[in-house]
Parts: sequence; C-alpha cells; structure tokens
Amino acid sequence: MIPLSWYLILAAGLFCIGFYGVLARRNAIAILMSIELMLNAVNINLVAFWRFLAPESISGQAFAVIVFAVAAAEVAVGLALVISIYRSRKTVIAEEINLMKW
Amino acid sequence: MTPIQLVFLFVAFATLWAAFMVVTRNNLVHAALFLVIALFGVAVLFVMLEAGFLAVIQVLVYIGAIAILMIFAVMLTRGDVDDIPDITNRYAGWVGLVAVLFFSSLVILMAQWPSFTALAKPILSSRDTIVELGTALVSPNGYVIPFEVASVMLLAALIGALVVARPRKGK
Amino acid sequence: MLDQWLFVGIFVSIAAVFPLLPLVMARFLAPRKPNRIKQETYECGIETVGDTWVQFKIQYYVYALVFLIFDIETVFLYPWAVSFDVLPLFAVFEGVLFILILAAGLFYAWRKGALEWS
Repeated sequence: MIPLSWYLILAAGLFCIGFYGVLARRNAIAILMSIELMLNAVNINLVAFWRFLAPESISGQAFAVIVFAVAAAEVAVGLALVISIYRSRKTVIAEEINLMKW
Repeated sequence: MTPIQLVFLFVAFATLWAAFMVVTRNNLVHAALFLVIALFGVAVLFVMLEAGFLAVIQVLVYIGAIAILMIFAVMLTRGDVDDIPDITNRYAGWVGLVAVLFFSSLVILMAQWPSFTALAKPILSSRDTIVELGTALVSPNGYVIPFEVASVMLLAALIGALVVARPRKGK
Repeated sequence: MLDQWLFVGIFVSIAAVFPLLPLVMARFLAPRKPNRIKQETYECGIETVGDTWVQFKIQYYVYALVFLIFDIETVFLYPWAVSFDVLPLFAVFEGVLFILILAAGLFYAWRKGALEWS
C-alpha cells in the first residue's frame, strides 16, 4: 500500500518545479505552462486528501472539478492576452511587457 | 516493495522529470509536449487514487484541450524573438534556491503531522462516486453555487478571450 | 477497482511499445548511409517550401478556445447526467440553467463570426 506521504511529497515537488518555472522563465507562455504544473500539484493534493482522510464525502473531487474549470478559464484568457500582446508589441518576453511598470 | 508501489515510483519520477523538462527547455513546442507527459502522469496518479472520473477528465481537458491550446499559442507567437539565448531571467539562481528550500521546508513541516503516513481505507465497491459527485454538484447543500458560478466564469472567459484574441476590424 | 484499470494500463503499454519498437529496430537493423538529399525533410515527395515553424492563423486559437470551454462544460454535465435518475426536478433545472448560460457564450461566438474561417 502507498502511504499518503508519497503523494504529498510528489505534489510538493511538482509545485516547486512549477514555482521555479513561474518566477524564472522569461517567456510568458512558459510561465503559463508552469502555472498548470502548480495547479496539477494542488489537484493531486486535493484528491489524495479526499482518498486518504475523508473518502466518505465527495468534497475533494468536487473541489478538483472546480479547479479544472478555473485552470481552463485561466489558460484561455491568459493565452489570449499573450497573443494580443504579441500582435501589438511583437514580444512574448514577460520582462519586455513593461508599459505599466514604473 | 509491492508492484503498485513500483508503478507509483515509476509514474512519480516520470512526472517530475517531465515537469523539470517543461521549465528548462528552450523550445516551447518541446516544453508543451513534456507538459503532456507530466499531465498524463498526474492522470495515472488519479487512477491510483481511485478517482477514475478525474483521470478521464485530466486526459480529456488538460491533454485534449489545454495542451493543444498551448501549442497553438506557441505557434501563433513564434517570430524573430524566438529561441532567445537565455530562457531564464537574472534571478533564476535565487529562485531555484528558494524553490529547493520551499520544498524541503514543506516536507519537514508535513513530516511533523500525525496523518502524514496514513494509509487508505478501502472504498466500498458498491459506491458510485460519479453519481455522488453529480448529486453533490447540484444539491443546494453541496456545490450548487460553485456549479452555477463556474458556468458564468466560463462564459466570461469565453467572451473575454474572444474579444482579446480576435484582431480588431480594419487591421 | 484498480484491477479494472490494469487492463487500461496494459493497453497503454502496448500502444506505447507498438510505435517505439519499429523505430528502435530500424536503428539497429537498417544500414545507414546518410547524405544531404536523404536527410531532407520528407513532405509527400515534393521539396519543402519555407521554414518549418510558420506563423499560424489566429482562427486555430479561436476554435481551440471554444472547444476548451465546451470541453469543460462536459466535466460538469457528465456527473449531472449520470446521476439524472436520482436527482430532484429542481436539480435538473439547475443543469439546464448551466447549459443555457454557456449557450449564450456559443451564441455570442457565433454572432461575432468567431466560428467562421476568414
């Protein structure tokens, strides 16, 4: 049998890899991919907690389904923004999109 | 070491390896394909957690739609700025250090917790979790508000993304 | 329940080995005498034109976007449909409301001409 700890450590590792990608990558699409990795790590945790600690209620799976919907909406709007910025400024490098920075 | 543990370890290492490749590849199409491997690994984990519906959804939505959308976006934004020599910004070393520290502190913190090594109790085979999920999603005592709000959010995402992504008239 | 998924696992493994095996075998068995013309990208027998990484049309993204949103709709509607028999009438109307809200999005995309290939 697999203990809960294995899933939690895997999810922590996946989250930290995504965390590194979000903060260190320069390409905006790569940043969005890393956010997907982080959301997946959270989903693993939600389902693992449901399975190991509260299998009698279905809440963990319901949460995971909502996370799916949020992830889809985030990707749809995020990529649309990246494409729109690329069209007007010819760049997808996050640092070069600095019009609103001071 | 039971066979199921071996399967878990294989899937876990494949997922982490693929995730690592996602954040380190310069070629974004390759990164997107590694993302597909990582997402598939997570789907296998859902199967091992006996959440078969979520595993199917993971393949259907993440691999079937989100990864494809990513690849389309990569194809749409390829120009002369592509294949930039340095793929990470100047804080990459510090960020990597913070990520490693964050991971180790998470593991140390979780190890203090008594349920950390909990084992799963078997789920009765008479239970149908999909029916339970469907009932919970629309029951007033369950998740009906998130259910309806999710549809409004998806509507907003669809309209917003269409408005942002489509070229203006006359351009 | 995991026993049932064992078959899916076996099928996935076979499906992965099936295309990999000829590739690996070709590497060991086939004689390799590369030259410049042989190394060219194969494209239906005619010479390739232009760069491989071409700019896609925005229409691809718009289609994938509409597909993604309605893909997510199935995530919510599938459990709803499976538990249809045990749901009260009120809950059935909640599902219908869900469909109607997203149908408004489809109507918007349609009216704006997002579904047309320009």
